[in-house]
Amino acid sequence: MDSMKEMTKAKYSWWKELVGPLQFVQLSEKILPPLYIITIIVLTVALYLAFRAPIDYQQGITVKIMFIHVPFAWLAMLCYTVMTLSAARTLFSYHLLADAALKTATPIGTVFTVLALITGSLWGKPIWGTWWEWDARLTSMFILLLIYLGIFALSRAFENEETSAAHAAAILTIIGFINIPIIKFSVDWWNTLHQSASILRRGGAAINTSILIPLLINAFAFTLVFVTFHLMAIQNEILRRCVITRQRIAARKLPETDIS
Amino acid sequence: MKELFLRDIRVAFSSGNNLVTNLMFFLAVIITTPLGIGPMSDVLSHISAGIVWIAALLTVLLGLDQLFQTDREEGSLDVMVMGTDLLALALIVFVKCLAHWAGTILPLIIASPFFALLLNMEWAAVGATVISLLLGTPAITFIGAVGAALTITLPRVGVMLSVIVLPLVIPVLIFGVSAVYTLTTGTLTPITPLLFLLALTLFFSVLGPTAAATTFKYMSE
Repeated sequence: MDSMKEMTKAKYSWWKELVGPLQFVQLSEKILPPLYIITIIVLTVALYLAFRAPIDYQQGITVKIMFIHVPFAWLAMLCYTVMTLSAARTLFSYHLLADAALKTATPIGTVFTVLALITGSLWGKPIWGTWWEWDARLTSMFILLLIYLGIFALSRAFENEETSAAHAAAILTIIGFINIPIIKFSVDWWNTLHQSASILRRGGAAINTSILIPLLINAFAFTLVFVTFHLMAIQNEILRRCVITRQRIAARKLPETDIS
Repeated sequence: MKELFLRDIRVAFSSGNNLVTNLMFFLAVIITTPLGIGPMSDVLSHISAGIVWIAALLTVLLGLDQLFQTDREEGSLDVMVMGTDLLALALIVFVKCLAHWAGTILPLIIASPFFALLLNMEWAAVGATVISLLLGTPAITFIGAVGAALTITLPRVGVMLSVIVLPLVIPVLIFGVSAVYTLTTGTLTPITPLLFLLALTLFFSVLGPTAAATTFKYMSE
């Protein structure tokens, strides 16, 4: 009984140490250099496999766009999910790490959403014959972009009130999460232009393995890219907060100077 | 709660200035659209429901910053936030939303059939537009309450409020307009989009006030 208590205590202190902001910075400084190398290698291999993959008999060479379009779209939603989890943590009890995670994931998610929309548009022109169509999947993805931009604007609008900004952004993020299942199921609920789910569906994937495997490796590679960028950004944000706090402390310590 | 509702209604109507300004803005959006796209009556008649809905949406968005502003300036908002628990506060926000809706949006809906004449709208479409506005616009106010609560401490509220509320109200606009179009084109029954609108309003009548109350609780800490 006592040993179990000790174990949970040890586990808790280990976790506490990990999520302590400065310990996190030290840890991420250790993790990041090998992560850079792994990410670059995996991304190179993934893109090489995407180029080696067979060409679709109907779509021709344009099918290659799919290898980056699908990972971008997945990551746009994954990034939002990460933000929602951070938001829940922020509301449960404020923590600098969760706050930094939400704040820094917003621009990354915005970029992934924009890239998914642009690559989809480039693919849509030769295949569907239009750059843009107000189809259910495209519209819900566009709403996701607007939500990202709204969170981005709101989380940076509060000057010198970091906790207010964190709480406000967290509440908005959680409400906006309604859109994520809508994006996922939009192709099933409204039978419009975008093709329906072909990987995560009943009866297995509807894609040949010669294309599916490079696609999954690409998805993994871009997830690594996301993790790397996100870690770097969280680290920067925490350091920035440390600098601000120290500046405030230093300003308080300054002797009263005669302004006149 | 009844007293609060009546008080807010009185505040909304006592400054008649606000009401007239809202109606003027609503009318301005409706008359600038035909001038912008050209006065072709068949085109106008086809897109009229959309114009009325967009005009209503923009007017509501611009008026949202007034939702808690008066209470904040005179300090009664702080009393409400401090003196009540989360659920009671959510109920207060709910009542304030209803009063705000009755004070600013209901007059627009009543006036919309007259403005619809300017757009060469069919009578059936006018009826459908009024019903869809009645069912759908409360949802905009309930979502807007979250935006108004989130931005209440910010210096320049207007644009920020619209930016964060707009993506969340797009579904209301889509179902509101499609209710009118299904009726006028006669392809499907308009009951389905109307039920969706009602569902959105009921859903956000719970989520909006609760989230706004949560926001106030966090911001007052």
